[in-house]
Amino acid sequence: MIPVAFDYKKASSVQDALAALAAGGEDAKLMGGGQSLLPVLRLRLNAPSVVVDCSSIPEIKGIKDEGGKIVIGAGTTHHAVMNDPAVKSSLKVLADATASVADPQIRHRGTLGGALAHSDPRADQPPVALALDAEFTIAGATGQRTVAAADFFQGPFETAVGPDEILVSVAFPKLDGWGGHYEKFNRAAQAWSIVGVAATVRMEGGKIAEARIGLTNVGGTPHRASAVEQALVGASSIAEIEAASMHASDGLSPFADEDADVEYRLHLARVLTARSVAKAAGIS
Amino acid sequence: MQHIKVTVDGTTYHKEVEPRTLLVHFLREDLGRVGTVVGCDTSNCGACTVLVDAVSVKSCSMLAVQADGSEITTIQGVSDGNDWHPVQSAFKECHGLQCGYCTPGMVMSSIDLLNENPNPTEAEIREGLEGNLCRCTGYHNIVKSVQRAAELMEGAKS
Ligand SMILES: Cc1cc2nc3c(=O)[nH]c(=O)nc-3n(C[C@H](O)[C@H](O)[C@H](O)COP(=O)(O)OP(=O)(O)OC[C@H]3O[C@@H](n4cnc5c(N)ncnc54)[C@H](O)[C@@H]3O)c2cc1C
Ligand code: FES
Ligand code: FES
Repeated sequence: MIPVAFDYKKASSVQDALAALAAGGEDAKLMGGGQSLLPVLRLRLNAPSVVVDCSSIPEIKGIKDEGGKIVIGAGTTHHAVMNDPAVKSSLKVLADATASVADPQIRHRGTLGGALAHSDPRADQPPVALALDAEFTIAGATGQRTVAAADFFQGPFETAVGPDEILVSVAFPKLDGWGGHYEKFNRAAQAWSIVGVAATVRMEGGKIAEARIGLTNVGGTPHRASAVEQALVGASSIAEIEAASMHASDGLSPFADEDADVEYRLHLARVLTARSVAKAAGIS
Repeated sequence: MQHIKVTVDGTTYHKEVEPRTLLVHFLREDLGRVGTVVGCDTSNCGACTVLVDAVSVKSCSMLAVQADGSEITTIQGVSDGNDWHPVQSAFKECHGLQCGYCTPGMVMSSIDLLNENPNPTEAEIREGLEGNLCRCTGYHNIVKSVQRAAELMEGAKS
């Protein structure tokens, strides 16, 4: 279908975009790569009066290595993120999760910031940001503020970014020397995760010394499996990883849908956590 | 209406477009370049794939206004007018199509794939084409076509 008519404004700076959002009022909508927004507009599930395109704002694009952290501009495409040498070496789990998003065409246009701000419960990058304690920089009328990942994801399609604000960048602490893996379970190529598990671990003498685990699509927001992270410390065998991963379903109350009922999702959470951790740790 | 300037298959156009016009509709309806087709309403099928500034995108999932200033290659621009592009030749040789509806998108995605990875494994080809659906072939001959195209392009270089 053809979307309902709207005005279009290509923003050249963050200030420019904020002004356009303020002028557009309630029905103004920001667009990054458009890979989630345009399908929604085509199905006429949303009809903004003005679309503010932030995809060519130079200050929200690109990847910077800032010593202890890697700062990724919200407007950086998935393709750029997954192929960046610093991301591949210091944030392997983010590179893996990003490579699993959609398909090459969508990854050429879709952006990390768009995916995180959209916060679809099925999206693959939000649990990585949560598990890695990423920091979100958000710009609004009164200036910029920083929000921790634990406070950023507030519900399905709901984040700390207000309707008149822009996500500028996301900072990830570097995990040099850590192993990482994203285990995605779906039925067909290019399909969304039924459940996904982001795992990253630091090894010491063949044993897991530290672990960070985030789960996709087991609730309305990404889930941090803290109980598994604690139980994994000291694990050095598949049996120990599997035992610790039994905690992956602790405290979860997932939904049922056409892909999986509640019991099956809980089962997937445990099994995929064990698989993801084993691969991240290089233990087979 | 908004003014845009785009180069499509080597020709530069200045046009007025409505912001809501999808790039694929602009190509088909405003420029009459109907080689690029629409296969779905959900950004899944990839039949509409074109190259924008040398990378593959789904032209149903981009606005024409967003293409302002860019260079677009469609299936109608890949051959030089005399000889087919090696990917086209390989699809013919290996019977990489049946009804042909997915083919414009398959060819464009294959060109993008081979640009990035001139010598892909079978698994890399299957992954690289995951954004393109085919209801006819079962993909087997499409994979063979891309393998053959890689050989043809390698041969053309030496
Ligand atoms: C067929 C298909 C399959 C897909 N499969 C997957 C998948 O397997 N896994 C997955 O994770 N995703 C998947 N996606 C979604 C894809 O990853 C999108 O690229 C991503 O969700 C949105 O990024 P975008 O830049 O295109 O955002 P847009 O579509 O432009 O915007 C999405 C939302 O974010 C807001 N937004 C965008 N940029 C900003 C910003 N800088 N600041 C504040 N708000 C902003 C917009 O207002 C909008 O509400 C799929 C999409 C399609 C069409
Ligand atoms: S028409 Fe199906 S993805 Fe564009
Ligand atoms: S040849 Fe018919 S859809 Fe691919």
